[in-house]
Amino acid sequence: MTLTAARPAGTRRRPAQSGARARETFLLLLPALVPVLVLSVGPLVYGILLAFTDARSGRNTETSFVGLANFADLLADGDFWESFRIGMVWAVSVTVLQFLASLGLALLLNQDLRLRGFARVLALVPWAMPPVVIGLMWRLVYHPDAGILNAVLGTDVDWLNDFSVALPAVIVVGIWMGMPQTTVVLLAGLQNVPKELHEAAGVDGAGVWRRFWSVTLPQLRPVIVAITSLDFVWNINQFSLVYVLTQGGPGGRTRLPMLFAYEEAFRYGFFGYAATLGVAITIVVLAVLGLYLWRQMREAD
Amino acid sequence: MRGRTVRTALKYLALLGYVVFLAFPLAWLLSTALKTPQEMASLDPTWIPRHPTLANFADAFDEQDIVGSAARSLVVALASAVITVVVALPAAYALARYRGALNKIAIGWVLVSQVFPVILIIIPLFMVLRGLDLVNTLPGLMLVHVTFTLPFALWMLQGYVRAVPRELEEAAAVDGAGRLRALAAVVAPLLVPGVVATLLFAFISSWNEFLFALVVLKDPEVATLPLTLVKFTGPEGVVRLGPLAAASLLATIPSLAFFAVIQRRLRSGLMAGAVKG
Repeated sequence: MTLTAARPAGTRRRPAQSGARARETFLLLLPALVPVLVLSVGPLVYGILLAFTDARSGRNTETSFVGLANFADLLADGDFWESFRIGMVWAVSVTVLQFLASLGLALLLNQDLRLRGFARVLALVPWAMPPVVIGLMWRLVYHPDAGILNAVLGTDVDWLNDFSVALPAVIVVGIWMGMPQTTVVLLAGLQNVPKELHEAAGVDGAGVWRRFWSVTLPQLRPVIVAITSLDFVWNINQFSLVYVLTQGGPGGRTRLPMLFAYEEAFRYGFFGYAATLGVAITIVVLAVLGLYLWRQMREAD
Repeated sequence: MRGRTVRTALKYLALLGYVVFLAFPLAWLLSTALKTPQEMASLDPTWIPRHPTLANFADAFDEQDIVGSAARSLVVALASAVITVVVALPAAYALARYRGALNKIAIGWVLVSQVFPVILIIIPLFMVLRGLDLVNTLPGLMLVHVTFTLPFALWMLQGYVRAVPRELEEAAAVDGAGRLRALAAVVAPLLVPGVVATLLFAFISSWNEFLFALVVLKDPEVATLPLTLVKFTGPEGVVRLGPLAAASLLATIPSLAFFAVIQRRLRSGLMAGAVKG
């Protein structure tokens, strides 16, 4: 598919070489194309098809098409909707709070302050750490007896096992983990805002806040839209961090959609149903993203 | 003037707040790693260990599981980094030199692969690996890591190829060096930094990866380091937290060191992606 699309462009320009060139391109692409097709595109298509079957995990189980039965089950599955609600609370809170925190940090890092270099390096560390280590580290922080948080606050809370506190506690870790990428992107965006615009606004008598609202933010808009969209997609698909922190507990209070789907597939063996969950989440993500990007574009006009 | 001083003070206060938020979990991990089991069991946790010790690091090394799984993680990460680059380099060259529809499809795939939840791919992938008898094997996990690092590695590499002026290559070919000789003698040396950066990126991705490892590797005997770390705290509880913290710190060192080398390139790459995206 890729090659037929590429060939005509070459043909028009250099007819004599085009055949050899297309063959060469094909040979160069082949080693990368094969794994991507066999282990990524193929499974993705197969995964979508699985959503319409009753596939189970056993090696010799019969699989048959069941049409939309899985989707009907899904609509009636209260546990899924609860998990989905938690996933939306998680993804939206982490994305929004992370954006606000990162914007503040990026604005500070963009100024001539001492400590800036140190803060900049520090802000990159979570990016490099294995998510599992981040999860374990915060489990030490939140530990009810040996953790520092209760010692500092003088409280006696079992942060990750308390029904009402667990989700906010996990959200804080999500913000901590995702801040580097967001900060780096926003900082780079800030550095691309033309200085002349600021100066012109300053001459016109605009104060710091006014300049931020009417010069910096509009200039930053494309970057903000891009990074918050990416953050939302990454967050709704989060698995490792929360698996390590709580395994979805207590009582499912932090069971994000991916943890739910993982359990359906690899604990209970319902491959078909888990694939349906995946498709449903994809549809929702695309809808949310589409709506968000559409509104942003309309406002930008 | 007063207003400015107050504003500067507020800025420093805010920056200090960020530094504290970012640093305190890291400081606590370090502090826990340096504490004795007796101190861990006391009900009054302190920032500075009363009797700092490196015994936890020694304990972590004594754990058969940790050393073994670190070795397996190293093998998987090295192999998948090398394979990723070997497979991606020719394709990156093709993408950079023969632009057009191919490029759009490649970029499109990089974006699409971000949106689809991994669960959708992981189930059929598990079935494929089972069919090939690669479940519970390191080559099986390598294969998966290569596939999932490939799009971004390809993206990084084609940027580096593009940065090598085409004229250099053509000049060498005109001078009588064959196409391949020209590539090997002129282009390859200029690509070395980019290839190293991509290798390190692929290494970090594989070394840090958890979900695929969790699905592909069921036996503790083949577990990679992240899997072993997660299972480390057993019923003994608090006493084992010291060695766990020590092992977590050790597990972070390779990623952190390699990341320090490539962070500038990653930052510019992410920036380009974000502005275009």
